[in-house]
Amino acid sequence: MSWEPVIGLEIHVHLKTRTKMFCRCEVAYFDPPNTHTCPVCLAFPGALPVPNRQAVEWTILLGHALGCQIPDWAIFHRKNYFYPDNPKGYQISQYDQPLCVNGSFEVPGADGERVVGIERAHLEEDAAKTIHVGGAEGRIHGAEHSLVDFNRSGTPLVEIVTRPDIRSPEEAKAFLHLLRQTVVELGISDAEMEKGSLRFDVNVSVRPEGSDELRTRTELKNMNSFNFAAKGIEREVRRQVEIYESGGQVVQETLHFDPGNESAPPLRSKEEAQDYRYFPEPDLVPLEPAAELVDRLREELPELPSARVRRLETEVGFVLAEGLVTSGRDELYSRIPGERAAVANVVMNELAALGLEPSAVNAEELGKVIAARGEIPRSAFDEALAESASPGFSADRYLAEVAIADAGELDPVIDRILSANESQVAAYRGGKEGLFGFFVGQVMKETGGKANPKIVNERLREKLRA
Amino acid sequence: MIDTLRLTAEEAAGLVERGEVTGAELHRAYLDAIAERDPELHAYLCTVDEPEGEGVPIALKDVISTRGVPTTAASKILEGYKPVYDATVAARCKTAGLPLLGKTNLDEFAMGSSTENSAYGPTRNPWDPSRVPGGSSGGSTAAVAAGLAPWALGSDTGGSIKQPAALCGVVGLRPTYGTVSRYGIVAFASSLDQVGPIAKTVRDCALLHRIVAGRDPLDSTTVELPEPIELPQAEDLKGLRVGVPKELNEAEGIEPGVSDAANRAIELARELGAEVGECSLPRSVEFGLPCYYLIAPSEASSNLARYDGVRYGLRVANGDVRSMYERTRDAGFGDEPKRRIMLGSYALSAGYYDAYYGQAQKVRTVIRDEHEAAFERFDVLVSPTSPTVAFELGARTANPLAMYAADLLTIPSNMAGLPGLSIPCGLSDGLPVGFQLIGRQFSENLLFRAGHALERALAFDVVPERLR
Repeated sequence: MSWEPVIGLEIHVHLKTRTKMFCRCEVAYFDPPNTHTCPVCLAFPGALPVPNRQAVEWTILLGHALGCQIPDWAIFHRKNYFYPDNPKGYQISQYDQPLCVNGSFEVPGADGERVVGIERAHLEEDAAKTIHVGGAEGRIHGAEHSLVDFNRSGTPLVEIVTRPDIRSPEEAKAFLHLLRQTVVELGISDAEMEKGSLRFDVNVSVRPEGSDELRTRTELKNMNSFNFAAKGIEREVRRQVEIYESGGQVVQETLHFDPGNESAPPLRSKEEAQDYRYFPEPDLVPLEPAAELVDRLREELPELPSARVRRLETEVGFVLAEGLVTSGRDELYSRIPGERAAVANVVMNELAALGLEPSAVNAEELGKVIAARGEIPRSAFDEALAESASPGFSADRYLAEVAIADAGELDPVIDRILSANESQVAAYRGGKEGLFGFFVGQVMKETGGKANPKIVNERLREKLRA
Repeated sequence: MIDTLRLTAEEAAGLVERGEVTGAELHRAYLDAIAERDPELHAYLCTVDEPEGEGVPIALKDVISTRGVPTTAASKILEGYKPVYDATVAARCKTAGLPLLGKTNLDEFAMGSSTENSAYGPTRNPWDPSRVPGGSSGGSTAAVAAGLAPWALGSDTGGSIKQPAALCGVVGLRPTYGTVSRYGIVAFASSLDQVGPIAKTVRDCALLHRIVAGRDPLDSTTVELPEPIELPQAEDLKGLRVGVPKELNEAEGIEPGVSDAANRAIELARELGAEVGECSLPRSVEFGLPCYYLIAPSEASSNLARYDGVRYGLRVANGDVRSMYERTRDAGFGDEPKRRIMLGSYALSAGYYDAYYGQAQKVRTVIRDEHEAAFERFDVLVSPTSPTVAFELGARTANPLAMYAADLLTIPSNMAGLPGLSIPCGLSDGLPVGFQLIGRQFSENLLFRAGHALERALAFDVVPERLR
């Protein structure tokens, strides 16, 4: 029997508002502990929450980007549980009346697209940060004591819950890349996993291909990168398939992965049936976003990354298009004139490696350099790229450097290299065509990067064919 | 010589304005009275010796956060806690120049109807110290009745201003929900809690309400008052349509002496020109109390979760964090908060929510609608405030349900978010009887006018007989 993975995601995104969700403390995660606190985010007796308008508007904006409906009535709920980083003893969150519902998010793929249903996107406050001191690896078990930093307490967080519509680890990764890029482009979050401003959990189950049942799922936590998540999902799918094939049953549980040790089995936590005793937050009035506001935010929506992938795909193919868009480099790509695939390759490879600020690059001039790539020395090309974001960058200087295009001058160099690398030559002729780049590299090295790449290619091919 | 027993806040303000006494002298006079009579009554949990402000001093119920002054909610779990900020109502009193006299006693976390649930010992009724002052704002009402404060603020969730005002023979207003800021008020049941004035006269209540009421950007459930609070002048009730809800006036458990006094007040209203008619609030009275005892404990169970020993107040550290929570909360909370936390946690539990909390909220809408219907025919609804006069200390402590019944008549309009004014209307067996006037949302001015006219006609002497 062949099995089909059924994957759903829960993504938390920190909104980069200036102030916290329910008080006017500054959001500054990395300042010294407990320097951005007040009676509200410390939950002193009598303190009351007042919602952050910006956070509400941004959530609606995100809802639009996720194709959600924005109900004209939403409320906050209290989620009750005890933990030292949860100062009120409840988290203000949303439950059955969230700000955004019933969306769908298109994830373009090489062939076709995956439409991922968005169950909801809701607004809530983040917890404080607990630091366990002593004991093993900062875990609560065995710690001597715990310290709480309330700088993060009450900062705004959007939770996005997808329907279980994702069918492979690659799709999950593609979804996450695209969602992240969408959030960044909306300007509502940095969405940086390293800083914790984007976190997510994955729900995984499997079912026989073609079936539409939903089997017991497990929850994968502690994912610290999209790649890691894809690997985790793959492993979990394999595990569940093995269980079913050996006649067993998957148990509903939460699996905590150790990002530092990919080979270690996940830690399991028995989910004690938590009852959060949700009820409508009586300290807040319902959110009733005005139709004009909802419409205005819809109009503010820029062209979304998924649409741009589709548009660029016709120019450079899916892989480059997806890469350009999800890395945020497609704007630079669009500005650089010239043959599209050549431009895309330079933007995704050389320019990306240089780490230049895309918006600073002089696209017009760089386009000239890329067009002349085959005519100028490699060293001039590399130098031009490195300088392309500097003020006053001009292509002329680099275009003036004429590469050694004289075969009479290049042939002796090529001959020398081929005879010094007889085994590679034999291997190439035996079918290892990947070695071609090695020979090009050697020639460039010998000539100090001054050889005309086009001529080098021609001469090399001819000589290797012999 | 300042006679704090007789002096109204309005008169006190006049004395200060005319330069006949200074604010400091006034404050001192009340501290002297406290020193003399409070050892017996225990209305105060703490007093302030060096006040700020030159105006008429005020006592605040100890659920109102006061910067640098202990605020305990009469609970051991907040022993030693000094807020770093002022509640909005405390700040507004400061801005108005009202110096703080001290913080008054209450049932722990405002849970109770007798002030016997205070972790720091009960308050006694100035009319008869063997009896309770009512609650939970019993400290504030006893202080005003005994001349230990010209006026005070209390808080009312199920009747915690109106009922003790009735039992102590003073005037108390529970304002329309959303007109007075709850910012800085130690929360009991957020959807019901409301701060209001307690004083010897209706006019004093109006003066104090004017100072504290109005929208507060720090409390998003507050609204702008539709009209400014006026000082009542009315001497008659001409044209006022007074409704007498049968169920509130004939409920089981209303003492005959209480009924008699309330009926005399209704008769007086008619003499003052009011049109009096009977009406009915059947479901409000039958279901008000049980629904209240689902909603209030549910919200309380959540509101009291922050007292965990982590950041302030009592901490009983022992082993891991779970055990710290358990020991801290076990040692810090008295029986009544524990009882309500358990009730509320149960009512909110998965599988029970719809049947209890959810259902109670629906009934609340029914209660609101029923009141609205009555207000199509009437401007105010009246009844006794409390079914009984002040009862003996200890008489109901063993029977929570009997204690809960003390709020039978105040809860229905509270559940509807409506304002209610309690004024003393006479004596029964030498103890004060309270008369409750319930109005539409935001009808405080009307309640003050009606209450003032009735008060004049009733000529009730607010000084307890034994202190005259």
